[in-house]
Amino acid sequence: MSTLLAVNHLTMRFGGLTAIDDVSFAAKNEEITAIIGPNGAGKTTVFNCLTGFYKPTVGELLLHEGALTHRLERLEDFVVAQKARVARTFQNIRLFPAMSVLENLLVAQHNKLMLASGWTIKGLLGLHSYKKEETQAIELAKYWLDKTNLTKRANDNASDLPYGDQRRLEIARAMCTDPRMLCLDEPAAGMNPKESAELNSLLQFIQNEHKIGVLLIEHDMSVVMEISDHIIVLDYGRKIAEGSPEQVRNDPAVIRAYLGEDEDEELPPEVAADLQRETSHG
Amino acid sequence: MEYFIQQLINGVTLGSIYGLIAIGYTMVYGIIGMINFAHGDIFMISAFIALIGLLVLFGAGITWLPLVLIVVLILSMFLTAAWGWVVERIAYRPLRGSFRLAPLISAIGMSLFLQNFVQIAQGARIKPLPPVVSGGFILMDSGDFTVNLSYLQIVIVVLTLVLMTGFSLLISKTALGRQQRACEQDRTMAALVGINVDRTISLTFVIGAALASVAGLMFLLYYGVIDFFIGFLAGIKAFTAAVLGGIGSLPGAMLGGLLIGLIETFWSAYFTIEYKDVAAFSILVLVLIFRPTGLLGQPEVEKV
Amino acid sequence: MSVLNSEKLPPILKDSVITGLITLVLAVPIVGLPTINATEGLQIEPRWSVVIWMVSAVFLGRLVLNFWWHREQTSSSSTILLNTPFLQSLQQLLKFIIPIGVLFALILPTMPFASRYVMDVAILVITYIMLGWGLNIVVGLAGLLDLGYVAFYAIGAYSYALLANYFDWSFWICLPLAGVFAAISGILLGFPVLRLRGDYLAIVTLGFGEIIRVILLNWYEFTGGPDGISGIPRPSFFGLEFKRSSEGTFSSFFGLDYSSMHRIIFLYYLILALALLTNFITLRLRKLPVGRAWEALREDEIACRSLGINPTNTKLTAFAIGATFGGLAGSFFATRQGFISPESFTFIESAVILAIVVLGGMGSQIGVVLASVVLIGGTELFRELEEYRMLAFGALMVGIMVWKPRGLLAHREPTIRIKTEGSS
Repeated sequence: MSTLLAVNHLTMRFGGLTAIDDVSFAAKNEEITAIIGPNGAGKTTVFNCLTGFYKPTVGELLLHEGALTHRLERLEDFVVAQKARVARTFQNIRLFPAMSVLENLLVAQHNKLMLASGWTIKGLLGLHSYKKEETQAIELAKYWLDKTNLTKRANDNASDLPYGDQRRLEIARAMCTDPRMLCLDEPAAGMNPKESAELNSLLQFIQNEHKIGVLLIEHDMSVVMEISDHIIVLDYGRKIAEGSPEQVRNDPAVIRAYLGEDEDEELPPEVAADLQRETSHG
Repeated sequence: MEYFIQQLINGVTLGSIYGLIAIGYTMVYGIIGMINFAHGDIFMISAFIALIGLLVLFGAGITWLPLVLIVVLILSMFLTAAWGWVVERIAYRPLRGSFRLAPLISAIGMSLFLQNFVQIAQGARIKPLPPVVSGGFILMDSGDFTVNLSYLQIVIVVLTLVLMTGFSLLISKTALGRQQRACEQDRTMAALVGINVDRTISLTFVIGAALASVAGLMFLLYYGVIDFFIGFLAGIKAFTAAVLGGIGSLPGAMLGGLLIGLIETFWSAYFTIEYKDVAAFSILVLVLIFRPTGLLGQPEVEKV
Repeated sequence: MSVLNSEKLPPILKDSVITGLITLVLAVPIVGLPTINATEGLQIEPRWSVVIWMVSAVFLGRLVLNFWWHREQTSSSSTILLNTPFLQSLQQLLKFIIPIGVLFALILPTMPFASRYVMDVAILVITYIMLGWGLNIVVGLAGLLDLGYVAFYAIGAYSYALLANYFDWSFWICLPLAGVFAAISGILLGFPVLRLRGDYLAIVTLGFGEIIRVILLNWYEFTGGPDGISGIPRPSFFGLEFKRSSEGTFSSFFGLDYSSMHRIIFLYYLILALALLTNFITLRLRKLPVGRAWEALREDEIACRSLGINPTNTKLTAFAIGATFGGLAGSFFATRQGFISPESFTFIESAVILAIVVLGGMGSQIGVVLASVVLIGGTELFRELEEYRMLAFGALMVGIMVWKPRGLLAHREPTIRIKTEGSS
């Protein structure tokens, strides 16, 4: 599998605070790469740098597209999404609450549709070529609605959906931009075990069928350990370990970082997940 | 040269008034992240309260100036603070966590309401007041131009300095100041550690209004004429001052106020007086475009 | 059924008394001691009766409100008149009303009661409807608070007046040009400032409106300064003028007796057509990618950027299109009045248009119509209450924001629907 993303010596400082300190890692195409670490380890900041919302203090972020390489740290946020085709979701869901589920997915296809509507002029005249393109966009939206089990809610306002559905809608919306890399910021947060399991299969479907790289920030170890191909562990803005789930699980540095941070994490992740499953059912 | 120094003195006086109003904008912006469009009108109301206070006291035959001014100042601070509190309570508090544009529109509605309320209650005509504090020093006299420093100008600048110092101490040293800064940083967290957020925000409005009322009294004494519309322009200029100094920063508000006062005075003196308001607006636009954090402001990190 | 349990009464009463007392403190100087401009200087003439009235009104009002809130809290299923089901059925009704409303607007001039006065008010109301619709694109759809909309109205009006006076161009050439000028100024202003956060934008647009007014006021040689521009040509009906003459006029061409109402009716249809065009284009834009992007930006700009939408360009289109309609309305205003001066383009005018948009329901086209009819038509009927108009607008803006932040008729229909099994 070819390298999709190379992060080299990424450092991000806010005033005197160093949120990320010289972090380097790589993510491969068609793989799920997880970034884990205790709260405040700088995971979301990495995402914000990758997607252009923050400009890194030092470092380069290279996204490979065949022979072409995008320097993500030099692009404005919306250009990252537009040209480098990096899509993301947010830790605290950011949907368009007063718009319908379907509209959310059409907004995600804005650039394509804008072109088809001749920067609005053809669309205003109601030309056929735009209609055709719009129908295709709706078909794509329907496809992702189907994959995320949201078809029935297509006409409802996004704000009326339950929490778990909103999380999945955000993923569907990101996928509608036809991304090359998908960055998911805690997609399983607030989900029950059944929903987490569904999320696992959705992410694996994206990985296998759409052949894109997935970058994942997650606290739910039942998700991370089951679907990740590669795991990067951050603590206080530094990378303390990386490797396969098996390697990371037994890494003493990781265990040290998590010990005392969170009681649950002292247990081996599978045991913790089982325990969680049992308590929530009981 | 004499002309220049005279303009400098006038500019600093005007700047002190703008600075005091600007603090109200900057504090409210710091704590709840919105422009309190009604703040200029609170200033206007305070000028009316001061005018009424002066007329009532003079009418009652009390003419010993220091007493009159202190009574009017305290009364006006108290009453204007009450207006500030009520405005926050009615127009802003119910809107916390509401639709993004809602507090702004509510603030504009409140501004319109206050303006027209005063217009109806006090009449639309301008209110002239004969000079109350007169006299001063002659600093320079070159024959054809004399540089005056009036007692009133001294009072205005000294009072502003005293209030600014006291106020900075209040924010940096007292529990109230700490609570306020905590609310600025993170309101939810502040509430979790037991700070009464509503009360702190209310107090911010009260303090802002009280400082604006000092500006109101001084504006009245300095210009000797007010009407129900003075809050509009003074408000925008004070806001420009707050932005220029770096919104959220208290020394910035004062510095911005001084700069705006000086720019406006020198513009009127050396260029055209008609376009002096345009000068302030243009500065606002330029600052926002080229240095949105202002002179002393902290860069704002967007919360993604 | 006892609506109130006895221990609830004292707190409610206490709260109302406190509210009354605060009102007293606020009202004593400002209301109770009015300053009167007399020949011998300012005088104070106390007016305590008004203060007593005000305090009692606030006290009783607060008491009633408190009772009402208390009932809201205690009654488990609150089916009060103003809840969503009621508003939804109102929505249903509105769908029915729209065609009737348009039809009524079309045949209004033929109605027996369509006097000169009625037509003048109707023209005024429709002008505000058009301005409201124009501003609705900027505020309601794109969520950009523009407090200087009147500047574009002014640019449109002065464009027509100056072009017509200096170059003698006809209204039909100047009208699109006025729209273009307004759009260009919208872009020139918008380009640097649309990156700013929402509240900065509000104050910069406010400043822009004032700058334009001050320039119009002081650029004496070009704009006539405070005297304004008079003798602006009236529009012609495809070259046929509305004049009392036997050659080449509207009345002679159609073989009608000359009547000054012809021009009024023509102006009426002109503004109606312009307004309907504004509405038609807005409704179409809403269903296009650009319209959806506006609304998405209003909802969440960061999410938009994460989807590759260029926020500045998208806002700029909203700003420019809104400005265009403002400019078109402005040149209509100039040709209708025949005289313009900076006085017609004050901040208050922007505030009135904003009030129409906000009160009607941001993004709601029919809301703008209703708000214009009530706010503009209503205040025309109650001329003597003129000075209370802006007071009421201000109070309404605060009240609506507190009660229904997205406006009274803010119910939004999705721009597109698909069939979903099992649900509607």
